[in-house]
Amino acid sequence: MASKAQRTPTGLKIAANLFVVVWLILAAFPFLWTFWGSFKVELDFFSIADWTNALTGKNTEATYGRPFTGAGYHGAWVQEEFWRAVINTFIVCFFVVLTSLTIGTLGGYALSRSGFRYTFWLLIIALIFRAMPPITLVAGYLLPFFEWNLWGILPTTIIVLVAINQPFTLWMLHSFFQNIPKELDESAKVDGCTQFQAFRHVIVPVMWPGVITTGLFSFLLAYNDFAVTSMLLSESNRTMVPEIAAFLGTTYTEGNVMFAVAAVVSATAPLFVLVMFFQRQIVSGLTAGAVKG
Amino acid sequence: MKHRTFFWFFLPTGLAMLLFIAAPIVSVVTQSLFAPHEAVLVTVESCGPFGCREETSIDQDATRELREERPLGRFVGLDIYLDRGHLAFGEVAEAWQNRTSLSDFFKRLGNLPFYRAMAFTLTYTFTVTPLLIALGLMIALAVNRLQAGLKGFVIFFSLLPMIVTPLVGSLILFWMIDSRGVLGSLIQWAANDPNLSLKASTGLTWVMLIVYGVWHSAPFAFVVFYAGLQTLPQDQLEAAQIDGATRWQQVRFVIIPHLMPLVTFVALIQLMDNFRVFEPIVGFNASAHATSLSWIIFNDLSGETRQLSAASATSVMTILGVAILLSPVLVRTWRDFRSKH
Repeated sequence: MASKAQRTPTGLKIAANLFVVVWLILAAFPFLWTFWGSFKVELDFFSIADWTNALTGKNTEATYGRPFTGAGYHGAWVQEEFWRAVINTFIVCFFVVLTSLTIGTLGGYALSRSGFRYTFWLLIIALIFRAMPPITLVAGYLLPFFEWNLWGILPTTIIVLVAINQPFTLWMLHSFFQNIPKELDESAKVDGCTQFQAFRHVIVPVMWPGVITTGLFSFLLAYNDFAVTSMLLSESNRTMVPEIAAFLGTTYTEGNVMFAVAAVVSATAPLFVLVMFFQRQIVSGLTAGAVKG
Repeated sequence: MKHRTFFWFFLPTGLAMLLFIAAPIVSVVTQSLFAPHEAVLVTVESCGPFGCREETSIDQDATRELREERPLGRFVGLDIYLDRGHLAFGEVAEAWQNRTSLSDFFKRLGNLPFYRAMAFTLTYTFTVTPLLIALGLMIALAVNRLQAGLKGFVIFFSLLPMIVTPLVGSLILFWMIDSRGVLGSLIQWAANDPNLSLKASTGLTWVMLIVYGVWHSAPFAFVVFYAGLQTLPQDQLEAAQIDGATRWQQVRFVIIPHLMPLVTFVALIQLMDNFRVFEPIVGFNASAHATSLSWIIFNDLSGETRQLSAASATSVMTILGVAILLSPVLVRTWRDFRSKH
């Protein structure tokens, strides 16, 4: 029961609700608009004559007989072979998440269970590494990678992304493992397990919520990366984001902006699905650091 | 846990960070002290019927040999840091001496790539951060009042600008504010100027990038503050109400102090993240009007000639900048640690 003092005056209620609506439009409208426009021809998407053309698709209808066309998608996926970039992206993301979770869980677990002072310093170093913009490291990679013929291939990029991911993964999993009572694995050790057996049989079964949340953020980092992937991958191995950037260079000159629009929508769709299914984990992951820190 | 066990558990992740973060930093610092070899020149005296002439040509073999022998280049100390592309002390001193006024000095400074990038990077960092905190706080307060059923829906859409790839997000906005796009047309109509283009003016480009930055990062602040509001002690609010605090006073004296640690957290994280602003400049195709340190590195490294030394020097200076912004975080973590042990 809300007391009279807690009841919100109507004016404020309307203002607050209006504000939420405005924010929702700001946040969602650009995506809806671009999604809708990606099924149009360029003259409708960028309309000089009348902005409502983008809604009705007047020129699209004149060209294709229907107000919607998949021409942009066909151009991007088939003609420009965007599907290659999509496959590369999923290879990179899959292996980055798998590797960084495997080694990150071991490291994070060790950091949370060792009481020695050096764990603090390792975490501090990880924090410093976390703050390092990835692009500043790229200049250091290029020379050795060229020398040893490692440049341009997917495995190199995967390892680099795993390493860049580690500081964040360690911090998240460290604080997560600290919330799992020490008594669990201590008692397993009393029963004669080694540290690894205790980890394998006692901790692994209960660690999945934290690991899934951390994995989501690893995925996002690998998926969204532009600096490393654009610098370390050869043209045929490009992932989606550098491929879109490369599209921009060619499409503006050739007048195929709709290819880039279709590619952008294609790259956004998986993230949409991800947020839909894992909204709770993403929110809890974002706040975990804040509430602790 | 024994040292030995800890070592084996930590080895894979430690090795990854050592090889691919620590070693590259060392390598970047080293490279920034070396410049590429100059071509080896040979002077040959060729004597013909009209007397002798000296000809200078590039000794291709010797040049290649030298480059292969020492791929790092020649040691030049801090020269790269001081050249025109970086700190450019010589040019700065000259600009100061030849200045006609203070604004003239800053204009001359703006022609130097490093200071131009620095001006935008710092403006961006220190305008976007407070704005996104304010916006995030307002959204959090407004959403917190909604019914439970609506909250999930609002949070879903609020997360999108942050989750979407920065390059993709900036492209989506860029196409909308194009002079032929829907927002571009709207702005032209509102300003009553059919030739207005956001891309053509430096000031408007900066505003555009800042708006993008706030749009992209406000959801993070919102989510953190929203979580903080869930732990707000109700008795404090009630006490304030009994004391006759107005709604604004409740926000000002109860809610904001409660959220203050989170505000500090968001501010520190965002200062570091905004300092590395890069993708929006590529997405908005804005490099003619706004550059950042990260963009300079990217620009030096891409293209036909990869200017490793120049990029390394900028990288080192970016790392130093991040280190300065990071120091309060480190001090805080250290204090936390001391108080616990």
